[in-house]
Amino acid sequence: MKVTFWGTRGSLASPSAETVRYGGNTSCVAVEGSAGTTLILDAGTGLRNLGQSLPTDLKRVDILLTHLHMDHIQGLPFFAPLRRPGVEVHIWGPASTTLSLTERLQRYLSPPLFPVSVRDLSENLHFHELPGKLPGQFIEIGEFSINAQLIIHPNPTIGYRVQCADTALTYMPDHEPALGEQTFPHEREWTSGYALAEGCDLLIHDAQFTNEEYKSRVGFGHSSIRQAFQFAELTHVKQFAPFHYDPAHTDDDLDRMLAEAVAELHPSYKMTPSREGLTLEVDC
Amino acid sequence: MTQQEIEVILARHLAEYLTVPIFMVNPDGDLLFYNEPAEAILGSRYSETGAMPARELAKTFHPMDGEGNPILLEELPIVIALRERRPSHRDLWIRGLDGVSREIEITAFPLVGQADRFLGAIAFFWEIAK
Repeated sequence: MKVTFWGTRGSLASPSAETVRYGGNTSCVAVEGSAGTTLILDAGTGLRNLGQSLPTDLKRVDILLTHLHMDHIQGLPFFAPLRRPGVEVHIWGPASTTLSLTERLQRYLSPPLFPVSVRDLSENLHFHELPGKLPGQFIEIGEFSINAQLIIHPNPTIGYRVQCADTALTYMPDHEPALGEQTFPHEREWTSGYALAEGCDLLIHDAQFTNEEYKSRVGFGHSSIRQAFQFAELTHVKQFAPFHYDPAHTDDDLDRMLAEAVAELHPSYKMTPSREGLTLEVDC
Repeated sequence: MTQQEIEVILARHLAEYLTVPIFMVNPDGDLLFYNEPAEAILGSRYSETGAMPARELAKTFHPMDGEGNPILLEELPIVIALRERRPSHRDLWIRGLDGVSREIEITAFPLVGQADRFLGAIAFFWEIAK
């Protein structure tokens, strides 16, 4: 599968001369399968550019939302295929206990917060709620088999494991597995996201804070860079791409913080920092 | 390796931070976890007890009413919460693994996660002051 990063930033789009290398757009990743299926992981501001890059003869695209925080849905109304006749757009994401996925998206995508209502975006828009009632349930989309499970982040949030033959990509852009832990990492059985990430070929994971920042942001739903590295080690991933960078962290900050983490933790896996425009080939 | 459901992980975290004794079982009734305040009442550390089926729990803690009559498994609040999926509350006596009998009040709730996934039951309990 081919994995392309269209938005790597967390919380707020942060375009500036100081973020040009890692990128300023918020969470959005494209996954293309060997048989031509296109999955999009989250609909942050990176989705606008991604939408414009998709082939004009595209018939179907599936957008998998991890959750409905603004930095993960803001690109949705600017997704060009929604305005192309004949393109089926399927949106997968979490419901709540009281509102459907559509109703929850409608809260943002309706006046006065946004001039266009979600139901007016396209006639060919389909919504699917996750996770299913059965644990370990898989969704089949084209050549992909996808496992969606809840992970620790405020409001129901889903992590995804996208499987194609023996190759697996795990996507957890907003995740705080260290929440409530006296020491981290702890027991695997009691670690959020473990089952999704175990042994995957590529882990894309929240790396928002420094250690110091994390101390005053416990419960915000994000990981420190150190915790993200430790989670990757615990889950025995083959490659780890730090993701969801804090808007305040410049390119130079990230260079330094990631280098320090590598020097301190000596990861056994390959660490490839995510950056806007980067494409990774993962065997499938 | 299997991983606990996220609501169960969060419930355990909450239990680890509260000073109220808390006890959790999975949908099969097997013991998942009890916290430190519960250890004081049950008379044993969780790390020593480990996972335990529901039937063993009843045998282990000898639940009795105020007159010393054994309480049937299906009459225990945690079992009612689990089997009937409704809250349940009662007073009873248990004998901890330290051999000490204690009168406690228990309130048990079914644990129902997102998408109505049934995840087990949780019991909050309290030793009645003499």
